[in-house]
Amino acid sequence: MGRQINWRLLFKVIFLSLFLVFTVFPLYWIFITSLKPGKDMFTFPIHYWPETITFDNYINIFKISSFNIYIVNSLILSIVAGFFSLIIALLSGYVLARFEFKGKTQVIFAFFITQMIPIFIGLAPLYLLMSKLQLLNKLPSLMLMYTVMMIPFCTVIMKGFFERIPSSLEEAAMIDGCSRITALFKVIIPVMLPGIAATFIFAFVQCWNELFLAIMFIDKEEAKTIPVAMNSFITKFDIDWGAMSAATVLSVIPTLILFAFAQKYIVEGMTQGSVKG
Amino acid sequence: MKTQTETVAERGLPSFLISKHGLFIFLCLLPALLLVTVFIYYPLFKGVIMAFQNYSLFDLTNINFIGLENFKTVMAESGFKESLINSFYWVFFSLIPQFVIGFIVALLLRRKFRGRGIYQAFIFFPWAMSGFLIGLIWRWMLNGQSGVINDLLLKLHLIDSAIPFLSDPNWAMVSVIVANVWYGITFFAIMILAALQSIPDELFEAAKIDGANYVQQLFKITIPYIMPTLIVTTLLRVIWILNFPDLIYSLTNGGPAGSTHILSTFMLEKIIFGQNYGQAAAVGVIMIFLLLFFSIFYVLATKFNKAGDF
Repeated sequence: MGRQINWRLLFKVIFLSLFLVFTVFPLYWIFITSLKPGKDMFTFPIHYWPETITFDNYINIFKISSFNIYIVNSLILSIVAGFFSLIIALLSGYVLARFEFKGKTQVIFAFFITQMIPIFIGLAPLYLLMSKLQLLNKLPSLMLMYTVMMIPFCTVIMKGFFERIPSSLEEAAMIDGCSRITALFKVIIPVMLPGIAATFIFAFVQCWNELFLAIMFIDKEEAKTIPVAMNSFITKFDIDWGAMSAATVLSVIPTLILFAFAQKYIVEGMTQGSVKG
Repeated sequence: MKTQTETVAERGLPSFLISKHGLFIFLCLLPALLLVTVFIYYPLFKGVIMAFQNYSLFDLTNINFIGLENFKTVMAESGFKESLINSFYWVFFSLIPQFVIGFIVALLLRRKFRGRGIYQAFIFFPWAMSGFLIGLIWRWMLNGQSGVINDLLLKLHLIDSAIPFLSDPNWAMVSVIVANVWYGITFFAIMILAALQSIPDELFEAAKIDGANYVQQLFKITIPYIMPTLIVTTLLRVIWILNFPDLIYSLTNGGPAGSTHILSTFMLEKIIFGQNYGQAAAVGVIMIFLLLFFSIFYVLATKFNKAGDF
């Protein structure tokens, strides 16, 4: 009996360790690469720990491109789009969680479908629309689109968070004379602040990472986001891996930090719907 | 609880105040519905129409309805057939390992142990990254001459000479799938883990008293109990993987010679580089049909299966 349990434990430890290495290694590798001087990049034997550590790649990337501008653009864009989609999803998620009404199923379905269809069919019409609105090569085009793209998902997540808060909370406030909207902002929202923060972070990261809409709409240096800029690195230099690895690390650090904070709540938000079903 | 709200709010109120409720609901949903309709559904609808037009950016003055011409042209392209077949490989061979490994990881994480929280945070991190970045990182690791993966395989004596991962068409397809598996395991692990944790412990205790071993418990309790989650998660995942071009775009860009294109990258290339919107839209419409057929078939199949199980 005792031996059997040990075997299982052994399997568990080995399997989970291997899986951890498998998962973490790519990030480790791009990080190590970014610290290697250019001449060590392609030399054999490969060093799994850099012989000399240098930040040249990071310095270089700000020299050969306007990476500071891209960072600022991506930041503004992700914060603005994350904020607006959150506010809009807060309202729609609340109503969908608290009320029964005609067409509710259809509304949820309409949101759900946007996550399922190959959305790129709309890419060309959107391009033409943005050109008509004279928003091409301007950040507001992406602000608008990212906000819209995040609304369905954020709504569903928000709905889930609202459903876990007993409606007796706002009932009590409303008996005390609050209007429903005051009750929502004064009583409910403070309670679900962690969930709201997590939803914002999720939206932020999605916007931060988005590529294809940005490629379609943006071609000018001053409006490029980090993914667009990195995409142009590919064609420009046939990939300068020193610069590219540094850019990858720079663009991944904020999202990793944010996800580390919000991980627990994002997982909760994403899993509860399917587990219930 | 919901009915309680309604009664407190509505008891004894005249009907126009109840319809004010309707106004509140309407106003709260309006921004979301309006934006989604104008900027997601309207372009989609336009896109579907484009599939039946000779819509090319090179000649915007001459746009007509041309029936099924785009579909015929696209389907006659050798690249289309290849992307269609690749799409099946891409979905199937990404999904199965993601599912199996994700399931095992979830089973192993079910019981609490010291450091489980930190472990989960670490295996979670592929999710914070975009498909584009993941493709780039794997492109670097799979580099033919100086890639780290070749180096590791050589050091472990699993191969004798470096594999041209990204320049050999067959290896290139394997490469993009491996990268996608890496990306997707976590998703399954987390979804399945959450489902596992919803199984009441009493079920396992009762089974233990009855003398059921681990494998019996797995197939008689665990899997039937989380079956609904598995079914839904898998369907969503299939759709999502088929619609996921980012990773291939940056890892191989469909190359070498179009051998790793799937339908979604094939379509994107037509939009971004070819600017033949009509043909791109036709590919998109074909994808929608494929997804629709698959979903219907899948839902029917899993319903029958469920009826048989219980």
